[in-house]
Amino acid sequence: MIPEKKLIFELSKPGRVAYSLPESDVPEVDLKDVIPESMMRSKPAELPEVYEVDVIRHYTELSRRNFGIDNGFYPLGSCTMKYNPKINEDTARFPGFAKIHPHQPEESIQGALELLYTLQNDLAALTGMDQVTLQPAAGAHGEWTGLMMIRAYHESRGEKRSKVIVPDSSHGTNPASATTAGYETITIKSDERGLVDLDGLREAVGDDTAALMLTNPNTLGLFEQEIEEIAAIVHEAGGLLYYDGANSNAIMGITRPGDMGFDVVHLNLHKTMSTPHGGGGPGAGPVGVKSKLIPFLPKPIVSKYEDGTYYWDYDRPQSIGRVKAYYGNFGILVRAYTYMRTYGPDGLRRVSEVAVINANYMMHRLAPYFEVAYPGVCKHEFVLSGRKLKQYGVRTLDVAKRLLDFGYHPPTIYFPLNVEECIMIEPTETESKETLDDFIDTMIQIAKEAEENPELVINAPYDTVVKRLDETTAARKPVLNCTCG
Amino acid sequence: MKKHRYIPMTEQDQSDMLATIGAESVKDLFSDIPESIQYKGTLPMSEALSEAELLKHMSELAERNANFEQYPSFLGAGIYDHHIPVVINHMISRSEFYTAYTPYQPEISQGELQAIFEFQSYICELTDMKVANASMYDGATALAEAAALASGATRRKRIVVSKTVHPEAREILHTTAHGLNLEVVEVGISNGVTNLDELQTAINDETAAVLIQSPNFFGCIEDVRSIEPLVHEKKALLTLSVNPLSLGLLESPGKLGADIVVGDAQPLGIPAALGGPTCGFFAVTEKLMRRIPGRIVGQTTDTDGKRGFVLTLQAREQHIRREKATSNICSNQALLALCASIYMSTMGKSGIQEVAQLNLNKSHYAAQQFSKDSKLAFDAPFFNEFVVKLPEGSNVEEVNSKLIEKGYIGGFNLGKSYPELEGHMLLAVTERRTKDEIDGFIRELEDCI
Repeated sequence: MIPEKKLIFELSKPGRVAYSLPESDVPEVDLKDVIPESMMRSKPAELPEVYEVDVIRHYTELSRRNFGIDNGFYPLGSCTMKYNPKINEDTARFPGFAKIHPHQPEESIQGALELLYTLQNDLAALTGMDQVTLQPAAGAHGEWTGLMMIRAYHESRGEKRSKVIVPDSSHGTNPASATTAGYETITIKSDERGLVDLDGLREAVGDDTAALMLTNPNTLGLFEQEIEEIAAIVHEAGGLLYYDGANSNAIMGITRPGDMGFDVVHLNLHKTMSTPHGGGGPGAGPVGVKSKLIPFLPKPIVSKYEDGTYYWDYDRPQSIGRVKAYYGNFGILVRAYTYMRTYGPDGLRRVSEVAVINANYMMHRLAPYFEVAYPGVCKHEFVLSGRKLKQYGVRTLDVAKRLLDFGYHPPTIYFPLNVEECIMIEPTETESKETLDDFIDTMIQIAKEAEENPELVINAPYDTVVKRLDETTAARKPVLNCTCG
Repeated sequence: MKKHRYIPMTEQDQSDMLATIGAESVKDLFSDIPESIQYKGTLPMSEALSEAELLKHMSELAERNANFEQYPSFLGAGIYDHHIPVVINHMISRSEFYTAYTPYQPEISQGELQAIFEFQSYICELTDMKVANASMYDGATALAEAAALASGATRRKRIVVSKTVHPEAREILHTTAHGLNLEVVEVGISNGVTNLDELQTAINDETAAVLIQSPNFFGCIEDVRSIEPLVHEKKALLTLSVNPLSLGLLESPGKLGADIVVGDAQPLGIPAALGGPTCGFFAVTEKLMRRIPGRIVGQTTDTDGKRGFVLTLQAREQHIRREKATSNICSNQALLALCASIYMSTMGKSGIQEVAQLNLNKSHYAAQQFSKDSKLAFDAPFFNEFVVKLPEGSNVEEVNSKLIEKGYIGGFNLGKSYPELEGHMLLAVTERRTKDEIDGFIRELEDCI
């Protein structure tokens, strides 16, 4: 059995250090002389006392207990786990990008401002929008920013609109963002094709509709073919269309949200533009808008003087205000810009084509073994149902856990919510046919195991550092820190 | 077909795969997209560059920025030039960490989950709070989330915030409050700290939260011991925004009676990077545990009884609760939380105190060097930042431009955010600044005013 990994706190031994600080070259200040005793720390923080080798071995061992894209195939649907190019990591670490301050004089950060300005324009071109803000730190943050702009737009016209419509297949962040923007959420059901039900939409819209939030292709990997009619229904009711860009990897250079009729778009640069997820973040969620919403963009944006120099443009009286300190996750924006310049417009189109070919190929090969929730042509991802295996007592969760023994990160499971025993697979463009075939063969093998030896699947995984964990007790009797101090 | 180094699909692969699919061409796979909205032609975007060309282009852009290595920085205002131990970059460059998604599959994510659990432990230890989450976007958005939490917990709508709180954090608070229909009341300043009389008047029975930053935006340490009873008397929640590095010397927010503690972990080993990505932290009392936004990791056991870690208390979160979630946050700043954890592991119990002491030494030395007509604006105690009032008629913006020419990054122009403080400069002096740099900087500063 693989032994438990100690906490860093459990490695502590008084007297050890892992830091190197300079001797003070200015006079030592006696704390008591400058700060009242009531403001001084009464008991030191009990941080661990370790030496540098402990730090290195500890975090190296933790990394060995983690699975990233560099470890293997990661077909996590709706998360676009594509290869994270190494050049992006190098450029973001250039001192001229990593060691600069947001409040330096503008003339001392012209390179950074030019990069941001170009990225704003390139993203606007890619999405078919008129202007872009780079401030939001993540997709959900972008959603909220976009909805706040939609709210400001309606308010500027003297209209009180209280409702945001989302399909039942939407990401959980959509309704949650609607709430934080002060909106009530109306959820509409998908039709038998897995698409927006036009009659349901017609019934839902009204003079209280602020916006419809839509992912296209949607979370089932299906393109909303009637998008122009959807846009017309919402626009005729006086509402706006919000594009959740989580699935943009399917459409780059092929079709643009702006041309579909969307008014506001966010992109997840940590999905489509290959910036690493970092084990949960950071991301970046730039938001693009059509011209009528430009006055409401968060301030500042980056603009350019006629003489070619760049500046922070704060002169935006109708702006919704600020959504993030400073100017967004700049380090992520540098990576995304590097990535986009790696491909250029034709390359990005090829990215989407290959992502879609890969997904359709997998779907066709898996169809005889797992029910395809919505047969037909898919975009960059597709959804299977594992319900056929239920007769053997095997659930989708078990299939996911069994995949771990074969060295794969499992697909997204139990999302979207409108498919029973859901398995959502997104291969991305950076995987080879051989990788896809190996994964498919493994899925087929697991389906057979489920039929012939279900216990084998139900008790998986076997080869991981821990087995299945007791999540119920974790939530009922929470232990959320080691209280080592 | 143009080949690309990240795309393995060959022409043969493509035709084999299309045959399996039963499609004649790639175009068939996009037949569900109406012709009318298909994009024709090439997007008007920046062109592709080869690896070598791209490196050169990026170097050229980077070199047009004055960086801290070449320009000693005296600029803080929330983002600081601290020493970053070299081990941090080595460890966060382990791609098992940085190329992983949120740890949804705990059996193969124990490394990240344990790292987050340790981060939560570090934040609790530093702040003396009971519960901390896995991170927020930054300190400023964390403060706005604290207001939202307080409003939900108290069922009140009024948020009282001191004007000594970071101006950008207050701007985000106003945006957020508009969304949630909260009322925000700002309290004035007296000698660099919150005006306590005004504060007392502002807090009423409708007040959900009182938001205080200490050390505040001017670097001054707030008298939280006097503020705390004013807040709790009205059953409002005391929210403190703190600089985590200052907690090596200053009393912990938990001991001062805070209900919610937020801040930005940037001083803990995170590069400035034009202000992001950094890492917000968020800690609460046990009572508020189930209202905290964002991811939380908990300890549990596996089927063999072995210790392990999982994402927990997920019934608060958007993917389960949708419109009823406590927050819409999904992606956070996990990799920067890892930076902060490695920093705290490296500094340890004595290092965090020593580095805080060095900051205190340097900033107090610098504050004493001003001769001529510049003087300290406030006499409240401070940590590593302080405000200097430049001689009458000084234009801070112009001074800073001249300082750049002399090779220094000057302080924050307070007039930009506080019209009444026109001609005032906020200076940060960290452990990275040497006596020579401080002396040289002040000489140049006084020369150009």
